[in-house]
Amino acid sequence: MKKLLVALAGLLLCGASASAQKKPAPKAKAAAPAAALIAQGKTVYTETCLSCHQADGGGVDGLNPPLIKTSYVLGDKTRIVKVVLNGLQGVDIDGEEYNNAMPSYDFLTDQQIAAVLTYVRNSFGNKATSISAAEVKAIRAANKK
Amino acid sequence: MKNNLLRLLLVPTALVGSLSLYALTSKVGPPAPDADNAGLKLPAGFGALKVVETGARTRHVVVTPQGVIYAKLNRPDKSGKGILMIRPGADGKTQTTTGFGSYGGTGLYAKDGYLYASSDEEVFRYKLDAKGEVTNPEKPEKIITGLINRRQHESKSVVLDNSGNIYVNVGAYSNSCQVKDRQKGSLGQPNCPILDSAGGIWQFRADKLNQTYGDGTRYATGLRNVVGLDWNQQANQLFVMQHGRDQLHDIFPELYDTKQSAQVPAECLYALKKGDNAGWPYMYYDGQQHKKMMAPEYGGDGKKEATGNFIEPAAAFPAHMAPNALLFYTGTMFPERYRNGAFIAFHGSWNRAPEPQAGYYVVFQPFKNGKPSGESEVFADNFAGSPEKAATGRADHKPCGLAQGPDGSLYVSDDKAGTVYRIVYAKK
Repeated sequence: MKKLLVALAGLLLCGASASAQKKPAPKAKAAAPAAALIAQGKTVYTETCLSCHQADGGGVDGLNPPLIKTSYVLGDKTRIVKVVLNGLQGVDIDGEEYNNAMPSYDFLTDQQIAAVLTYVRNSFGNKATSISAAEVKAIRAANKK
Repeated sequence: MKNNLLRLLLVPTALVGSLSLYALTSKVGPPAPDADNAGLKLPAGFGALKVVETGARTRHVVVTPQGVIYAKLNRPDKSGKGILMIRPGADGKTQTTTGFGSYGGTGLYAKDGYLYASSDEEVFRYKLDAKGEVTNPEKPEKIITGLINRRQHESKSVVLDNSGNIYVNVGAYSNSCQVKDRQKGSLGQPNCPILDSAGGIWQFRADKLNQTYGDGTRYATGLRNVVGLDWNQQANQLFVMQHGRDQLHDIFPELYDTKQSAQVPAECLYALKKGDNAGWPYMYYDGQQHKKMMAPEYGGDGKKEATGNFIEPAAAFPAHMAPNALLFYTGTMFPERYRNGAFIAFHGSWNRAPEPQAGYYVVFQPFKNGKPSGESEVFADNFAGSPEKAATGRADHKPCGLAQGPDGSLYVSDDKAGTVYRIVYAKK
Protein backbone atom coordinates (compact mmCIF):
# COMPACT_ATOMS: atom_id res chain seq x y z
CA MET A 1 0.00 0.00 0.00
CA LYS A 2 2.76 2.39 1.01
CA LYS A 3 4.69 1.58 -2.17
CA LEU A 4 1.59 2.21 -4.24
CA LEU A 5 1.17 5.62 -2.62
CA VAL A 6 4.78 6.51 -3.28
CA ALA A 7 4.37 5.44 -6.89
CA LEU A 8 1.19 7.49 -7.20
CA ALA A 9 2.86 10.50 -5.65
CA GLY A 10 5.73 10.07 -8.09
CA LEU A 11 3.32 9.95 -11.03
CA LEU A 12 1.57 13.07 -9.79
CA LEU A 13 4.83 14.91 -9.40
CA CYS A 14 5.93 13.86 -12.90
CA GLY A 15 2.59 14.94 -14.25
CA ALA A 16 2.84 18.24 -12.48
CA SER A 17 6.34 19.00 -13.68
CA ALA A 18 5.49 17.81 -17.20
CA SER A 19 2.51 20.13 -17.42
CA ALA A 20 4.58 22.92 -15.88
CA GLN A 21 7.13 22.43 -18.62
CA LYS A 22 4.52 22.43 -21.33
CA LYS A 23 2.93 25.66 -20.24
CA PRO A 24 4.94 28.75 -21.10
CA ALA A 25 5.44 30.58 -17.84
CA PRO A 26 3.65 33.93 -17.74
CA LYS A 27 6.10 36.70 -18.49
CA ALA A 28 5.76 38.46 -15.13
CA LYS A 29 6.50 35.28 -13.20
CA ALA A 30 9.57 34.39 -15.23
CA ALA A 31 12.07 36.05 -12.93
CA ALA A 32 12.27 34.92 -9.33
CA PRO A 33 12.71 37.90 -7.00
CA ALA A 34 16.34 38.76 -6.41
CA ALA A 35 17.79 37.23 -3.26
CA ALA A 36 19.00 40.63 -2.07
CA LEU A 37 15.50 42.10 -2.32
CA ILE A 38 14.07 39.18 -0.34
CA ALA A 39 16.77 39.52 2.31
CA GLN A 40 16.10 43.23 2.68
CA GLY A 41 12.38 42.51 2.82
CA LYS A 42 12.87 40.01 5.59
CA THR A 43 14.75 42.60 7.66
CA VAL A 44 11.97 45.15 7.19
CA TYR A 45 9.34 42.51 8.02
CA THR A 46 11.10 41.48 11.23
CA GLU A 47 11.46 45.06 12.43
CA THR A 48 8.14 46.46 11.27
CA CYS A 49 5.50 43.83 10.63
CA LEU A 50 6.28 40.76 12.71
CA SER A 51 4.94 42.02 16.04
CA CYS A 52 1.40 42.00 14.63
CA HIS A 53 1.45 39.60 11.68
CA GLN A 54 3.70 37.11 13.55
CA ALA A 55 6.81 35.20 12.50
CA ASP A 56 4.82 32.71 10.43
CA GLY A 57 2.72 35.38 8.72
CA GLY A 58 -0.37 33.81 10.23
CA GLY A 59 -1.64 36.97 11.95
CA VAL A 60 -3.88 36.87 15.02
CA ASP A 61 -7.48 35.61 15.07
CA GLY A 62 -9.93 38.49 14.94
CA LEU A 63 -7.23 41.14 15.31
CA ASN A 64 -4.42 41.15 12.77
CA PRO A 65 -5.02 39.57 9.36
CA PRO A 66 -2.92 36.66 8.14
CA LEU A 67 -0.63 37.25 5.20
CA ILE A 68 -0.92 33.69 3.95
CA LYS A 69 -2.58 33.35 0.55
CA THR A 70 -5.10 36.12 1.13
CA SER A 71 -6.55 38.07 -1.77
CA TYR A 72 -4.98 41.25 -0.38
CA VAL A 73 -1.45 39.86 -0.36
CA LEU A 74 -1.56 37.92 -3.62
CA GLY A 75 -3.80 40.31 -5.53
CA ASP A 76 -3.54 43.81 -6.92
CA LYS A 77 -0.18 45.46 -6.24
CA THR A 78 -1.64 48.95 -5.96
CA ARG A 79 -4.05 47.86 -3.23
CA ILE A 80 -1.41 46.19 -1.07
CA VAL A 81 1.06 49.08 -1.49
CA LYS A 82 -1.70 51.47 -0.40
CA VAL A 83 -2.36 49.36 2.70
CA VAL A 84 1.27 49.88 3.72
CA LEU A 85 1.17 53.60 2.88
CA ASN A 86 -2.19 54.40 4.49
CA GLY A 87 -2.80 51.66 7.04
CA LEU A 88 -6.03 49.69 7.30
CA GLN A 89 -8.88 49.24 9.73
CA GLY A 90 -12.45 48.04 9.73
CA VAL A 91 -12.17 46.02 6.53
CA ASP A 92 -13.12 42.35 6.30
CA ILE A 93 -10.52 40.23 4.55
CA ASP A 94 -11.74 37.17 2.69
CA GLY A 95 -14.89 37.14 4.84
CA GLU A 96 -13.17 37.47 8.21
CA GLU A 97 -13.24 40.45 10.58
CA TYR A 98 -9.99 41.86 11.93
CA ASN A 99 -10.51 44.55 14.52
CA ASN A 100 -7.06 45.90 15.23
CA ALA A 101 -5.85 49.12 13.62
CA MET A 102 -2.90 49.06 11.23
CA PRO A 103 -1.20 52.46 11.17
CA SER A 104 0.43 54.07 8.14
CA TYR A 105 3.95 52.96 7.27
CA ASP A 106 4.58 55.77 4.80
CA PHE A 107 7.85 56.51 6.57
CA LEU A 108 9.34 53.44 4.90
CA THR A 109 11.24 54.20 1.69
CA ASP A 110 9.98 53.06 -1.70
CA GLN A 111 12.77 50.50 -1.73
CA GLN A 112 11.84 49.19 1.76
CA ILE A 113 8.16 48.85 0.83
CA ALA A 114 9.05 47.10 -2.42
CA ALA A 115 11.35 44.73 -0.55
CA VAL A 116 8.96 43.87 2.29
CA LEU A 117 6.01 43.30 -0.02
CA THR A 118 8.10 41.18 -2.38
CA TYR A 119 9.24 39.20 0.66
CA VAL A 120 5.67 38.74 1.93
CA ARG A 121 4.39 37.80 -1.53
CA ASN A 122 7.04 35.09 -1.70
CA SER A 123 7.05 33.76 1.87
CA PHE A 124 4.67 31.78 4.12
CA GLY A 125 3.70 29.62 1.14
CA ASN A 126 2.86 32.62 -1.05
CA LYS A 127 4.00 32.94 -4.66
CA ALA A 128 3.37 36.20 -6.48
CA THR A 129 5.25 38.71 -8.58
CA SER A 130 7.84 41.11 -7.19
CA ILE A 131 7.04 44.73 -6.51
CA SER A 132 9.64 47.29 -7.58
CA ALA A 133 10.65 50.54 -5.91
CA ALA A 134 9.56 52.35 -9.10
CA GLU A 135 6.07 50.86 -8.78
CA VAL A 136 5.85 51.93 -5.14
CA LYS A 137 7.04 55.42 -6.09
CA ALA A 138 4.29 55.75 -8.72
CA ILE A 139 1.60 54.45 -6.35
CA ARG A 140 2.81 56.79 -3.60
CA ALA A 141 2.67 59.76 -5.98
CA ALA A 142 -0.89 58.89 -7.05
CA ASN A 143 -1.85 58.22 -3.40
CA LYS A 144 -0.94 61.78 -2.41
CA LYS A 145 -3.26 63.42 -4.93
CA MET B 1 -38.02 -22.78 39.66
CA LYS B 2 -39.11 -20.52 36.86
CA ASN B 3 -40.61 -18.14 39.38
CA ASN B 4 -37.45 -18.07 41.42
CA LEU B 5 -35.36 -17.28 38.39
CA LEU B 6 -37.70 -14.49 37.48
CA ARG B 7 -37.45 -13.15 41.00
CA LEU B 8 -33.64 -13.26 40.83
CA LEU B 9 -33.72 -11.34 37.60
CA LEU B 10 -36.15 -8.80 38.96
CA VAL B 11 -34.15 -7.88 42.03
CA PRO B 12 -31.22 -6.28 40.22
CA THR B 13 -33.59 -4.58 37.78
CA ALA B 14 -35.46 -3.03 40.64
CA LEU B 15 -32.19 -2.00 42.22
CA VAL B 16 -31.00 -0.30 39.07
CA GLY B 17 -34.36 1.36 38.71
CA SER B 18 -34.30 2.79 42.20
CA LEU B 19 -30.67 3.86 41.80
CA SER B 20 -31.44 5.83 38.67
CA LEU B 21 -34.40 7.40 40.46
CA TYR B 22 -31.96 8.29 43.23
CA ALA B 23 -29.65 9.86 40.66
CA LEU B 24 -32.45 12.02 39.35
CA THR B 25 -33.82 13.16 42.66
CA SER B 26 -30.88 13.65 44.96
CA LYS B 27 -27.36 15.00 44.93
CA VAL B 28 -24.86 12.88 43.08
CA GLY B 29 -21.18 13.33 42.51
CA PRO B 30 -19.77 15.19 39.53
CA PRO B 31 -19.60 13.42 36.16
CA ALA B 32 -16.55 11.36 35.36
CA PRO B 33 -13.71 13.33 33.78
CA ASP B 34 -12.51 12.41 30.29
CA ALA B 35 -9.69 9.85 30.37
CA ASP B 36 -7.20 12.55 29.29
CA ASN B 37 -8.85 15.31 31.37
CA ALA B 38 -9.90 16.90 28.07
CA GLY B 39 -6.22 17.53 27.32
CA LEU B 40 -5.82 19.92 30.27
CA LYS B 41 -3.14 19.93 32.96
CA LEU B 42 -4.77 20.36 36.37
CA PRO B 43 -3.77 20.23 40.05
CA ALA B 44 -4.02 16.82 41.76
CA GLY B 45 -7.57 15.71 42.49
CA PHE B 46 -9.11 17.74 39.66
CA GLY B 47 -10.43 16.35 36.41
CA ALA B 48 -11.96 17.82 33.27
CA LEU B 49 -14.37 16.79 30.57
CA LYS B 50 -15.41 18.33 27.30
CA VAL B 51 -19.11 19.13 27.67
CA VAL B 52 -19.50 20.04 24.02
CA GLU B 53 -17.45 20.93 20.99
CA THR B 54 -19.55 23.56 19.27
CA GLY B 55 -17.12 24.58 16.55
CA ALA B 56 -18.36 28.14 17.14
CA ARG B 57 -16.64 31.12 18.74
CA THR B 58 -17.95 30.72 22.27
CA ARG B 59 -17.06 33.88 24.22
CA HIS B 60 -18.66 34.18 27.67
CA VAL B 61 -20.59 31.34 29.27
CA VAL B 62 -23.07 31.00 32.14
CA VAL B 63 -24.70 28.06 33.90
CA THR B 64 -28.14 28.45 35.49
CA PRO B 65 -29.03 26.99 38.91
CA GLN B 66 -30.74 24.16 36.97
CA GLY B 67 -27.52 23.32 35.11
CA VAL B 68 -28.51 24.75 31.73
CA ILE B 69 -25.46 26.19 29.95
CA TYR B 70 -25.63 29.30 27.77
CA ALA B 71 -22.73 30.43 25.57
CA LYS B 72 -22.47 33.74 23.71
CA LEU B 73 -21.05 33.50 20.22
CA ASN B 74 -18.75 36.17 18.86
CA ARG B 75 -20.65 36.03 15.60
CA PRO B 76 -23.81 34.08 14.79
CA ASP B 77 -23.22 30.45 13.79
CA LYS B 78 -24.19 28.86 10.47
CA SER B 79 -27.84 28.76 11.51
CA GLY B 80 -27.73 32.46 12.39
CA LYS B 81 -27.91 32.00 16.16
CA GLY B 82 -25.75 34.11 18.49
CA ILE B 83 -26.49 32.37 21.82
CA LEU B 84 -26.31 28.62 22.36
CA MET B 85 -28.40 26.80 24.97
CA ILE B 86 -26.65 23.59 25.93
CA ARG B 87 -28.39 20.92 27.95
CA PRO B 88 -26.07 18.29 29.37
CA GLY B 89 -27.10 14.77 30.34
CA ALA B 90 -26.25 12.84 33.51
CA ASP B 91 -22.76 12.09 32.20
CA GLY B 92 -22.12 15.83 31.82
CA LYS B 93 -21.96 15.59 28.04
CA THR B 94 -24.29 17.54 25.84
CA GLN B 95 -27.65 16.07 24.99
CA THR B 96 -29.09 18.98 23.08
CA THR B 97 -27.87 22.30 21.77
CA THR B 98 -30.27 24.91 20.49
CA GLY B 99 -29.76 28.56 19.62
CA PHE B 100 -31.46 31.93 19.60
CA GLY B 101 -30.53 35.60 19.28
CA SER B 102 -29.31 36.74 15.87
CA TYR B 103 -26.45 38.95 17.06
CA GLY B 104 -22.79 38.30 17.79
CA GLY B 105 -21.07 39.57 20.92
CA THR B 106 -19.30 38.56 24.12
CA GLY B 107 -21.16 39.41 27.32
CA LEU B 108 -23.41 36.97 29.15
CA TYR B 109 -24.58 36.89 32.76
CA ALA B 110 -27.43 35.28 34.67
CA LYS B 111 -28.95 36.54 37.90
CA ASP B 112 -32.30 36.39 39.69
CA GLY B 113 -34.22 34.71 36.88
CA TYR B 114 -32.84 36.75 33.98
CA LEU B 115 -30.21 36.09 31.35
CA TYR B 116 -28.32 39.18 30.18
CA ALA B 117 -26.51 39.14 26.82
CA SER B 118 -24.66 41.78 24.85
CA SER B 119 -23.93 42.56 21.25
CA ASP B 120 -21.05 44.97 20.63
CA GLU B 121 -23.45 47.93 20.96
CA GLU B 122 -26.45 46.80 23.05
CA VAL B 123 -27.47 44.75 26.07
CA PHE B 124 -30.57 42.55 26.15
CA ARG B 125 -32.25 40.52 28.83
CA TYR B 126 -34.29 37.35 28.69
CA LYS B 127 -36.61 35.88 31.29
CA LEU B 128 -35.61 32.46 32.61
CA ASP B 129 -38.30 30.03 33.79
CA ALA B 130 -38.17 27.47 36.61
CA LYS B 131 -36.29 25.05 34.34
CA GLY B 132 -33.63 27.64 33.53
CA GLU B 133 -34.95 28.09 30.00
CA VAL B 134 -35.41 31.39 28.22
CA THR B 135 -39.11 32.21 27.81
CA ASN B 136 -38.75 34.99 25.24
CA PRO B 137 -35.88 33.93 22.96
CA GLU B 138 -37.00 36.08 20.04
CA LYS B 139 -38.33 39.02 22.05
CA PRO B 140 -35.76 40.05 24.64
CA GLU B 141 -35.99 43.34 26.48
CA LYS B 142 -33.43 45.81 25.14
CA ILE B 143 -32.10 47.46 28.28
CA ILE B 144 -29.06 49.36 26.92
CA THR B 145 -28.47 50.73 23.42
CA GLY B 146 -26.07 52.96 21.50
CA LEU B 147 -22.80 51.92 23.11
CA ILE B 148 -19.78 52.85 21.08
CA ASN B 149 -18.26 50.19 18.81
CA ARG B 150 -15.39 51.14 16.56
CA ARG B 151 -14.25 47.55 16.13
CA GLN B 152 -11.15 47.80 18.29
CA HIS B 153 -11.90 46.54 21.85
CA GLU B 154 -15.51 46.08 20.83
CA SER B 155 -16.67 43.52 23.42
CA LYS B 156 -19.29 44.60 25.93
CA SER B 157 -18.93 42.43 29.03
CA VAL B 158 -21.64 42.59 31.69
CA VAL B 159 -22.11 41.78 35.37
CA LEU B 160 -24.71 42.69 38.03
CA ASP B 161 -24.42 43.80 41.64
CA ASN B 162 -26.96 42.99 44.38
CA SER B 163 -28.78 46.32 44.07
CA GLY B 164 -30.31 46.01 40.61
CA ASN B 165 -27.43 47.62 38.69
CA ILE B 166 -25.69 46.25 35.64
CA TYR B 167 -22.08 47.14 34.79
CA VAL B 168 -20.91 47.25 31.17
CA ASN B 169 -17.41 47.62 29.85
CA VAL B 170 -16.92 50.01 26.96
CA GLY B 171 -13.39 49.43 25.67
CA ALA B 172 -11.27 52.24 24.26
CA TYR B 173 -11.16 52.18 20.46
CA SER B 174 -7.43 52.81 20.60
CA ASN B 175 -4.22 51.39 22.01
CA SER B 176 -2.93 54.47 23.83
CA CYS B 177 -5.03 57.45 22.65
CA GLN B 178 -2.37 58.60 20.19
CA VAL B 179 -3.21 61.26 17.62
CA LYS B 180 -2.71 58.43 15.12
CA ASP B 181 -3.54 55.09 16.69
CA ARG B 182 -0.58 52.70 16.87
CA GLN B 183 1.51 55.01 14.65
CA LYS B 184 5.24 54.98 15.40
CA GLY B 185 6.16 58.12 17.36
CA SER B 186 2.64 59.61 17.42
CA LEU B 187 1.94 61.37 20.73
CA GLY B 188 -1.12 61.14 22.96
CA GLN B 189 -4.15 63.34 22.41
CA PRO B 190 -4.35 65.94 25.18
CA ASN B 191 -7.19 65.28 27.61
CA CYS B 192 -7.94 62.00 25.84
CA PRO B 193 -11.40 62.50 24.26
CA ILE B 194 -12.06 58.76 24.03
CA LEU B 195 -12.72 58.65 27.78
CA ASP B 196 -16.04 60.51 27.34
CA SER B 197 -17.74 57.47 25.93
CA ALA B 198 -15.28 54.57 26.23
CA GLY B 199 -12.25 53.37 28.18
CA GLY B 200 -14.29 52.67 31.30
CA ILE B 201 -17.12 50.85 33.03
CA TRP B 202 -20.66 52.22 32.78
CA GLN B 203 -23.41 51.50 35.30
CA PHE B 204 -27.05 51.19 34.26
CA ARG B 205 -30.25 49.84 35.82
CA ALA B 206 -30.77 46.17 35.08
CA ASP B 207 -34.56 46.50 34.62
CA LYS B 208 -34.95 49.72 32.62
CA LEU B 209 -35.50 49.66 28.86
CA ASN B 210 -33.58 51.49 26.12
CA GLN B 211 -31.02 53.20 28.33
CA THR B 212 -28.25 55.14 26.60
CA TYR B 213 -25.13 56.89 27.91
CA GLY B 214 -27.22 59.71 29.38
CA ASP B 215 -29.22 57.28 31.52
CA GLY B 216 -26.12 55.61 32.92
CA THR B 217 -23.14 56.61 35.01
CA ARG B 218 -19.49 56.38 34.09
CA TYR B 219 -18.70 54.22 37.11
CA ALA B 220 -14.93 54.02 36.56
CA THR B 221 -12.62 55.44 33.90
CA GLY B 222 -9.05 55.04 32.66
CA LEU B 223 -9.58 51.37 31.81
CA ARG B 224 -8.25 50.60 28.35
CA ASN B 225 -10.27 47.46 27.76
CA VAL B 226 -11.97 45.10 30.19
CA VAL B 227 -13.31 41.77 29.01
CA GLY B 228 -13.28 39.84 32.31
CA LEU B 229 -15.21 41.29 35.25
CA ASP B 230 -17.13 39.94 38.25
CA TRP B 231 -18.87 41.09 41.39
CA ASN B 232 -17.10 40.04 44.58
CA GLN B 233 -19.76 39.07 47.11
CA GLN B 234 -17.46 39.26 50.15
CA ALA B 235 -16.26 42.78 49.41
CA ASN B 236 -19.57 43.69 47.69
CA GLN B 237 -17.41 45.28 45.02
CA LEU B 238 -16.78 45.21 41.28
CA PHE B 239 -13.47 43.70 40.16
CA VAL B 240 -12.21 43.96 36.58
CA MET B 241 -9.25 42.66 34.57
CA GLN B 242 -7.75 45.24 32.23
CA HIS B 243 -6.04 44.38 28.95
CA GLY B 244 -2.85 46.42 29.24
CA ARG B 245 -1.40 48.50 26.45
CA ASP B 246 0.40 47.12 23.39
CA GLN B 247 3.42 47.96 21.27
CA LEU B 248 5.78 49.98 23.49
CA HIS B 249 8.67 49.00 21.21
CA ASP B 250 6.84 49.44 17.90
CA ILE B 251 5.77 52.97 18.80
CA PHE B 252 8.85 54.09 20.79
CA PRO B 253 11.74 51.84 19.71
CA GLU B 254 14.32 54.23 21.16
CA LEU B 255 12.78 53.86 24.65
CA TYR B 256 11.83 50.18 24.82
CA ASP B 257 13.44 47.07 23.35
CA THR B 258 11.39 44.10 22.18
CA LYS B 259 11.86 42.24 25.47
CA GLN B 260 10.66 45.17 27.57
CA SER B 261 7.76 45.65 25.21
CA ALA B 262 6.81 41.98 25.67
CA GLN B 263 7.18 41.87 29.44
CA VAL B 264 6.69 45.26 31.10
CA PRO B 265 3.05 46.46 30.81
CA ALA B 266 1.13 44.23 33.22
CA GLU B 267 -2.40 42.91 32.90
CA CYS B 268 -4.01 44.35 36.03
CA LEU B 269 -6.81 43.30 38.35
CA TYR B 270 -8.60 46.34 39.76
CA ALA B 271 -11.03 46.58 42.67
CA LEU B 272 -13.28 49.47 41.65
CA LYS B 273 -15.22 52.06 43.57
CA LYS B 274 -17.49 54.58 41.93
CA GLY B 275 -15.42 57.41 40.45
CA ASP B 276 -12.13 55.51 40.28
CA ASN B 277 -9.60 56.26 37.56
CA ALA B 278 -7.15 53.50 36.59
CA GLY B 279 -5.01 55.87 34.53
CA TRP B 280 -5.22 54.80 30.90
CA PRO B 281 -3.92 56.26 28.59
CA TYR B 282 -1.66 58.42 30.75
CA MET B 283 0.08 55.50 32.47
CA TYR B 284 0.75 51.82 32.33
CA TYR B 285 1.58 49.53 35.22
CA ASP B 286 5.11 48.11 35.16
CA GLY B 287 4.64 44.59 36.49
CA GLN B 288 8.37 44.09 37.06
CA GLN B 289 9.03 47.26 39.07
CA HIS B 290 5.49 47.29 40.51
CA LYS B 291 5.14 50.95 39.62
CA LYS B 292 2.69 53.17 37.79
CA MET B 293 4.69 54.54 34.87
CA MET B 294 4.06 57.61 32.72
CA ALA B 295 3.06 56.52 29.21
CA PRO B 296 5.59 57.49 26.53
CA GLU B 297 2.77 59.11 24.54
CA TYR B 298 2.35 61.54 27.44
CA GLY B 299 5.97 62.38 28.24
CA GLY B 300 7.15 59.11 29.74
CA ASP B 301 10.57 57.69 28.98
CA GLY B 302 10.39 54.25 30.57
CA LYS B 303 11.74 55.68 33.86
CA LYS B 304 9.37 58.47 34.86
CA GLU B 305 6.59 57.43 37.16
CA ALA B 306 3.02 58.50 36.51
CA THR B 307 1.59 61.60 38.10
CA GLY B 308 -2.13 61.77 38.73
CA ASN B 309 -4.68 60.32 41.05
CA PHE B 310 -4.75 56.80 39.66
CA ILE B 311 -5.71 53.74 41.66
CA GLU B 312 -3.31 50.91 42.40
CA PRO B 313 -4.04 47.52 40.91
CA ALA B 314 -5.23 44.85 43.34
CA ALA B 315 -2.95 42.38 41.56
CA ALA B 316 -0.76 42.38 38.45
CA PHE B 317 -0.19 39.56 35.94
CA PRO B 318 2.30 39.09 33.10
CA ALA B 319 1.97 41.35 30.06
CA HIS B 320 -0.27 40.83 27.01
CA MET B 321 -1.88 37.57 28.14
CA ALA B 322 -5.39 38.92 27.49
CA PRO B 323 -7.54 38.20 30.57
CA ASN B 324 -10.95 37.53 29.01
CA ALA B 325 -12.86 36.23 32.01
CA LEU B 326 -12.89 36.71 35.79
CA LEU B 327 -14.89 34.55 38.19
CA PHE B 328 -15.05 34.56 41.96
CA TYR B 329 -15.55 30.98 43.07
CA THR B 330 -18.26 30.56 45.69
CA GLY B 331 -18.90 26.83 45.30
CA THR B 332 -18.16 24.05 47.73
CA MET B 333 -17.00 21.32 45.34
CA PHE B 334 -13.41 22.58 45.22
CA PRO B 335 -11.22 22.52 48.34
CA GLU B 336 -11.63 25.30 50.90
CA ARG B 337 -8.68 27.39 49.69
CA TYR B 338 -10.45 28.10 46.39
CA ARG B 339 -13.54 29.56 48.05
CA ASN B 340 -14.01 33.26 47.24
CA GLY B 341 -10.78 33.30 45.24
CA ALA B 342 -10.56 34.46 41.63
CA PHE B 343 -10.23 32.37 38.51
CA ILE B 344 -8.95 34.29 35.50
CA ALA B 345 -9.05 32.97 31.93
CA PHE B 346 -6.08 34.23 29.94
CA HIS B 347 -6.95 34.06 26.25
CA GLY B 348 -3.26 34.17 25.30
CA SER B 349 -0.92 36.81 23.94
CA TRP B 350 0.00 38.09 20.47
CA ASN B 351 1.95 41.21 21.33
CA ARG B 352 4.94 39.37 22.80
CA ALA B 353 6.43 38.56 19.38
CA PRO B 354 9.31 38.19 18.61
CA GLU B 355 9.48 36.85 22.20
CA PRO B 356 7.53 33.61 22.77
CA GLN B 357 3.77 34.04 23.27
CA ALA B 358 2.19 33.15 26.63
CA GLY B 359 -1.12 32.53 28.35
CA TYR B 360 -3.81 30.14 27.04
CA TYR B 361 -4.56 29.04 30.59
CA VAL B 362 -6.76 29.63 33.63
CA VAL B 363 -5.06 31.17 36.65
CA PHE B 364 -6.17 31.05 40.28
CA GLN B 365 -5.60 34.09 42.48
CA PRO B 366 -6.23 33.36 46.18
CA PHE B 367 -8.33 35.93 48.09
CA LYS B 368 -8.87 36.60 51.75
CA ASN B 369 -11.65 38.86 53.03
CA GLY B 370 -12.34 40.25 49.59
CA LYS B 371 -8.70 41.08 48.77
CA PRO B 372 -6.00 39.21 46.85
CA SER B 373 -3.84 37.25 49.28
CA GLY B 374 -0.74 35.41 48.16
CA GLU B 375 0.71 34.52 44.79
CA SER B 376 -1.40 33.49 41.85
CA GLU B 377 -0.86 30.13 40.21
CA VAL B 378 -1.67 28.50 36.89
CA PHE B 379 -4.70 26.32 37.58
CA ALA B 380 -5.69 24.81 34.22
CA ASP B 381 -3.02 24.70 31.52
CA ASN B 382 -2.42 23.32 28.03
CA PHE B 383 -5.48 24.72 26.27
CA ALA B 384 -2.94 25.42 23.52
CA GLY B 385 -2.27 21.71 23.02
CA SER B 386 1.50 21.86 23.49
CA PRO B 387 4.18 24.28 24.76
CA GLU B 388 5.23 24.86 21.13
CA LYS B 389 1.72 25.84 20.10
CA ALA B 390 1.57 28.26 23.02
CA ALA B 391 4.97 29.79 22.19
CA THR B 392 4.04 30.42 18.54
CA GLY B 393 0.54 31.60 19.40
CA ARG B 394 -1.01 28.81 17.34
CA ALA B 395 -3.11 27.49 20.20
CA ASP B 396 -5.74 24.80 19.63
CA HIS B 397 -8.04 26.39 22.22
CA LYS B 398 -8.18 29.88 23.70
CA PRO B 399 -9.98 30.16 27.06
CA CYS B 400 -12.42 33.07 26.99
CA GLY B 401 -15.28 32.51 29.42
CA LEU B 402 -15.74 31.14 32.95
CA ALA B 403 -18.85 30.01 34.81
CA GLN B 404 -19.68 28.17 38.00
CA GLY B 405 -22.19 25.33 37.90
CA PRO B 406 -24.76 24.71 40.63
CA ASP B 407 -22.63 21.86 42.00
CA GLY B 408 -19.49 24.01 42.05
CA SER B 409 -18.00 22.72 38.79
CA LEU B 410 -15.96 25.31 36.88
CA TYR B 411 -16.89 25.74 33.21
CA VAL B 412 -14.45 27.20 30.69
CA SER B 413 -15.42 28.25 27.16
CA ASP B 414 -12.95 28.53 24.29
CA ASP B 415 -13.49 30.85 21.33
CA LYS B 416 -10.91 29.25 19.04
CA ALA B 417 -12.43 25.77 18.56
CA GLY B 418 -15.65 26.34 20.51
CA THR B 419 -15.12 23.75 23.20
CA VAL B 420 -16.88 24.06 26.56
CA TYR B 421 -14.92 22.38 29.37
CA ARG B 422 -16.13 21.38 32.82
CA ILE B 423 -13.54 21.09 35.58
CA VAL B 424 -14.51 18.98 38.60
CA TYR B 425 -12.90 17.98 41.86
CA ALA B 426 -13.20 14.32 42.71
CA LYS B 427 -10.82 13.62 45.57
CA LYS B 428 -12.45 13.59 48.98
